[in-house]
Amino acid sequence: MTVKGIIMSWVRKDLLGLEYLSKEEIELILSTADSFKEVSTREIKKVPALRGKTVVNLFYEPSTRTRVSFEVAAKRLSADVINIASETSSVKKGETLIDTGKNIQALKADIIVMRHNYSGAAVVLARNIDLSVINAGDGWHEHPTQALLDIFTLKEKLGRIPGLHVTIVGDIAHSRVARSNIWGLTKLGAKVTVCAPAMLIPPGIEELGVKVSHDLGEALKQADAVNVLRMQFERDEEEAFPKQLEYFQNFGITAERLKKAKKGIIVMHPGPINRGIEMSSEVADGANSVILEQVTNGIAVRMAVLFLVAQAREENAA
Amino acid sequence: MRLLIKNGRVVDPANNIDAALDILVADGKIVKVAKDIKANGAQIIDAADKIIIPGLVDMHVHLREPGREDKETVESGTAAALKGGVTTLLAMPNTTPAIDSEENIALLKKIIGKSAQANVLICGAISKGRLGKELSGIAELKKAGALAISDDGSSVDNDDLLLDAFKQAKEAGLLVICHSEDKALSGKGVVNRGLIATRMGLRGISHESEYLRVERDIKLAKKTGVKIHIAHVSCKESVILIAAAKKQGVKVTAEAAPHHFSFTEEAVLGFDTNFKMNPPLRSKADREALRQALKDGTIDCIASDHAPHTENEKDIEFDRAEFGVIGLETELSAAITELVETKLLDWPRLVEKMAVNPARILGIDQGSLATGKDADIVIIDPKQERLVEKQKLISRSKNCAFLGMKLRGVVEYTIYKGEVHPWNS
Repeated sequence: MTVKGIIMSWVRKDLLGLEYLSKEEIELILSTADSFKEVSTREIKKVPALRGKTVVNLFYEPSTRTRVSFEVAAKRLSADVINIASETSSVKKGETLIDTGKNIQALKADIIVMRHNYSGAAVVLARNIDLSVINAGDGWHEHPTQALLDIFTLKEKLGRIPGLHVTIVGDIAHSRVARSNIWGLTKLGAKVTVCAPAMLIPPGIEELGVKVSHDLGEALKQADAVNVLRMQFERDEEEAFPKQLEYFQNFGITAERLKKAKKGIIVMHPGPINRGIEMSSEVADGANSVILEQVTNGIAVRMAVLFLVAQAREENAA
Repeated sequence: MRLLIKNGRVVDPANNIDAALDILVADGKIVKVAKDIKANGAQIIDAADKIIIPGLVDMHVHLREPGREDKETVESGTAAALKGGVTTLLAMPNTTPAIDSEENIALLKKIIGKSAQANVLICGAISKGRLGKELSGIAELKKAGALAISDDGSSVDNDDLLLDAFKQAKEAGLLVICHSEDKALSGKGVVNRGLIATRMGLRGISHESEYLRVERDIKLAKKTGVKIHIAHVSCKESVILIAAAKKQGVKVTAEAAPHHFSFTEEAVLGFDTNFKMNPPLRSKADREALRQALKDGTIDCIASDHAPHTENEKDIEFDRAEFGVIGLETELSAAITELVETKLLDWPRLVEKMAVNPARILGIDQGSLATGKDADIVIIDPKQERLVEKQKLISRSKNCAFLGMKLRGVVEYTIYKGEVHPWNS
């Protein structure tokens, strides 16, 4: 085994959100991910850690990136992976979430990785089945593995998390990535600023210990890193939403803006990027961007999470 | 049949009584309330260390029949009511069909006649089908036996239509119960707007969606002189408006539901849909405002807003789950635990909130233990605690916010029209 020097203190059946984790648990995932990163650089990119385990990717919302990342991670741990997408499943026939979960349990699977369009769906599923549930994004609520890979990348690039200034730009109100990042970063001691037009800032967010800004220039001044959220202009909601062009002018990340920011500022994005909307192509492909490294690190982080959860299952069973 | 309740503490604020007295019941009526009544062959209930109060009057109950008998029926709902000490209840008209005509009242009356275990009073709909487009025949509803009208579940959006309804209700002498909510503001919200909604990634329901409607309803009530009753008050601003209106002499009364004075929005953090209701659980400050309003009389009464839903409608994603919780079987214990044990209300005041005042608001002859009244009596063990368990609930639905909690005060007997229902054996 390549996993060395890790104190095993993960006891949770599920990973539902970073809100529910302690600082130590987050650090454990990050250090475990660190050990797993090397696996993907080997000629034979596989360890036997999850051999004989079944991981079900249950995706109620279209997602290529996260689903594929989990699939690759599970396969590199030698797990068997089954993908269920809502378009092809009995969900369309009206089966409830809990019934679907119980059916997957009856198949003797071990871990469900779920993406769902409703906030809290992973919490509800986890409460009702014995299988481990890993939240791969639920509504506007949390996307813990995305935040973990963001934090992992930040730490790798900047050497630490405590004291870092991280600015999150974009649709904070409707973003699970923002929420998970806020929980994770603040628990680890980073200073977080959220920056967006007022209509995209959810009420009470300051009480989570973040600064709110409506001025990107100001929000970038001190930032060691900027995490740029995907803007979903196709969103069909009743809530107010800014105009696309106006948004890019005021909140789009451009090379111009980066020149005025801290030297060496890191630019992150959970993908997929809307080039010319959240950021210019020049920035996306530029020297400050770590967007593709995030994708690579996503595998290590998801391997770590799958591994820790599977380990806790075995210990609970023993 | 004669029944003698001995040695208990009789709390009967309608008659200014709080004393150790015996109560003699015969032929479904209270015959005598006095010290040391002789049994003379009557069946005896020893109520030593127990508290004896009039049967509760719950003026906000969804019995779901006709139309949604899978959630609740008149029979199951009234059985649950008796178990909770509720002997009289007002059935809300949002059934299928809605209770918006003489004919539908006749239909409901037939069901009640056949299966009700407790006293069921009828609330008619303000508008046809509760759609807020066209008024139902308000005088006709009154004539057919409705005690009040309400579009509960919805508010009448159109001010002109509501003004018309208020005028007609005033003329007919009918109470109007207002579900004060502007759906254009509450929208697709599912929890109180604020930090908790933000943390959970859920859409919020603002205070404005409630109190702006309370404000309008009060204004129109003032203009027309009709009696209105604000249902399920949930936030501080509404309390302030109601207090001010009462001071000005507007004929407005109000109720609070046990879940609103027991819990805050923090209860929803686990995405448990038994804490999803409309209006939503609010902040600590709101809960405190409701408690103070119950104490100072701004809020006249406690009503359960008993809203049964099946597990299929509740045990799902939070956004998709139905709003509402059941409350008939827990409201008295919840009130004892949250209001009496905390010394906010003493026993006579509690009885006022749960029996005397709702009876007065509805203009019915309940809520009193005077000689000659119906023998609707509840005997409570005030010290005993019980765990609220799903399998012990007799309502057809189990969506109770108090599941798994210990509540103080257990109903030992409910006597409805002289008939004894023992619960602790």
